[in-house]
Amino acid sequence: MKRISFYILSIVIFFASCKKDDTSLYNPNVKADLSVEFDNIAGSSDLQLNTGTYTNASGETFKVTKLKYYVSNFILTKTDGTVYTVPQNESYFLIDESDGTEHAPVLEVPEGEYKTLSFVLGVDSLRSTKDISERTGVLDPTAAGGDMYWGWNSGYIFFKIEGTSSASMMGDFMYHIGGFGGYTSPTINNIKTITLDLTARGIPQVKQGKETNIHLMVDILKVFNGSPNLSIAANPMVMFDPYSTNIANNYTAMFRHDHTEN
Amino acid sequence: MSRKQFIVTFILVAGIYACNKGIIDMPFMGFQTPDYFPQPTYHFSTNAVTKDGFELGRKLFYDPVLSANNTISCGSCHIQTAGFTHHGHSVSHGIFDRLGTRNSPPIMNLAWSSTFMWDGGVFDLDLQPVAPITNHVEMDNTVENALNSLRNSSQYPALFKKAFGSDEITSANFLKALAQFMVMCVSNNSKYDSVRRNQATFTSTEQAGYILYQQKCSSCHTEPLFTDYSFRNNGLAPSMVNDSGRYKVTLQPTDLYKFKVPSLRNLDYTPPYKHDGRFFDLDGVLDHYASQVQNTPNLDPLLQQGGILGIALTPDEKEKIKAFLKTLNDKAFVTDRRFSEQ
Repeated sequence: MKRISFYILSIVIFFASCKKDDTSLYNPNVKADLSVEFDNIAGSSDLQLNTGTYTNASGETFKVTKLKYYVSNFILTKTDGTVYTVPQNESYFLIDESDGTEHAPVLEVPEGEYKTLSFVLGVDSLRSTKDISERTGVLDPTAAGGDMYWGWNSGYIFFKIEGTSSASMMGDFMYHIGGFGGYTSPTINNIKTITLDLTARGIPQVKQGKETNIHLMVDILKVFNGSPNLSIAANPMVMFDPYSTNIANNYTAMFRHDHTEN
Repeated sequence: MSRKQFIVTFILVAGIYACNKGIIDMPFMGFQTPDYFPQPTYHFSTNAVTKDGFELGRKLFYDPVLSANNTISCGSCHIQTAGFTHHGHSVSHGIFDRLGTRNSPPIMNLAWSSTFMWDGGVFDLDLQPVAPITNHVEMDNTVENALNSLRNSSQYPALFKKAFGSDEITSANFLKALAQFMVMCVSNNSKYDSVRRNQATFTSTEQAGYILYQQKCSSCHTEPLFTDYSFRNNGLAPSMVNDSGRYKVTLQPTDLYKFKVPSLRNLDYTPPYKHDGRFFDLDGVLDHYASQVQNTPNLDPLLQQGGILGIALTPDEKEKIKAFLKTLNDKAFVTDRRFSEQ
């Protein structure tokens, strides 16, 4: 009898401990690192600044010399539906293809499993109009050498791609896309929220002590290939212009979840 | 020296001493709102004006180090004796004498302005200096370069520490110092202002001009700042440049050819007039309103009342209006040592 009791007890302890492990796998009160990698590509090739030659849906070949964009306001949703908004002050990043980094901003989020990722491509209108003292880091108008800010029409350039193409009369093309909706008078709003499902290509399991990385592919061909197809010949230069809304609509399709490194 | 002579001499000497002292040690009063002015729109809550901040801003305003090749300062195109405009220049020449397309606007009563530039593209005075510093035809610099020049100077780190408590020169403190100087440039000492304060009276011609102004000009050039800060198309024929005005910053077709209503203060010091400086005297401006208004898109309704373009003005009325406008010249403002390069 003693022996049987011992076995039963052992089994109970065994299962209890299993169960215990399950529920305590994630501690929602503990935060851990989660990186989001923006891997810039062109169709099925890795994006190579200055050297790679790509072809858009209008049949124009081009090279890319510059690619920069702001990503901000990250929100993550757990598989149980809990929503976590990354504190705004820690939620602005500038992706610059030329800077030689991994382009993988690191977020601090509660431990857990996440099913969707959402972020803003650009800078929200509230921050775009905040007092200058609350615009530090990448939001400083001097950030990136002042390359991502319009002084004459106060506001950030959300997305910038430049390159060369024989399709352009001038030999090059420049798309500087911004417009937060206007402060004193309404105008174009090119702030885009991107929401990506993470369940199909690997749910991130965030836990302290391990590195989890959401690997996104960012296909710059989508800037050109969409509705409408962007022709470099017809529009070699688009900045603060009504046509910029077409480009902004196109580039919302750039992002896709490729895989997760857990 | 008799006793009487001594007393007179003493009083004269004391008087002169007091005068000098007054100039040298005039206490810093900070920003003050004249009592017949509206509440300022500038956000003093995030940038209180201090003596050290104002003086730093003034030094920056007159320092060509902000430009790419150390040649152009803010004061180059905003000259105090010209009411902080670029005297005699229809459009300004900046670095390497490159020409812009618009007339340099005055640095005056900006604490009451909610938008800046002729098209209102800048919505916060703190952000305004970024535009000329980075403009290709003005200073052609980056703010980062300008800040680095200041960081490497022997004087500025200490001046920033005095003004902001830290010798780290940030964009925010740099821009706030310039804003402190600019908001202090208040023009409220014209004859008109003396009349408002019951310290003077208009001549009969000035008074007649004042009444005509109230009838024909005041709906846009509203007292006491002599602008309502709105954007309007006043019927100027588009030039070769075909400047679309406020449309550039809003992309709204209803803003095509609209420009900010400028103040009528200090007109004697600020010719030429209009956004592109096309009129060299006030006769040109008044003739435009009387007989040259063009019916371009978005022409202001006030300039096409009853199907008639412009504002009816007889030669006699024009002279009276000009007499009144002269009462808006503020000699004290354009000669105020506090606003001059030191």
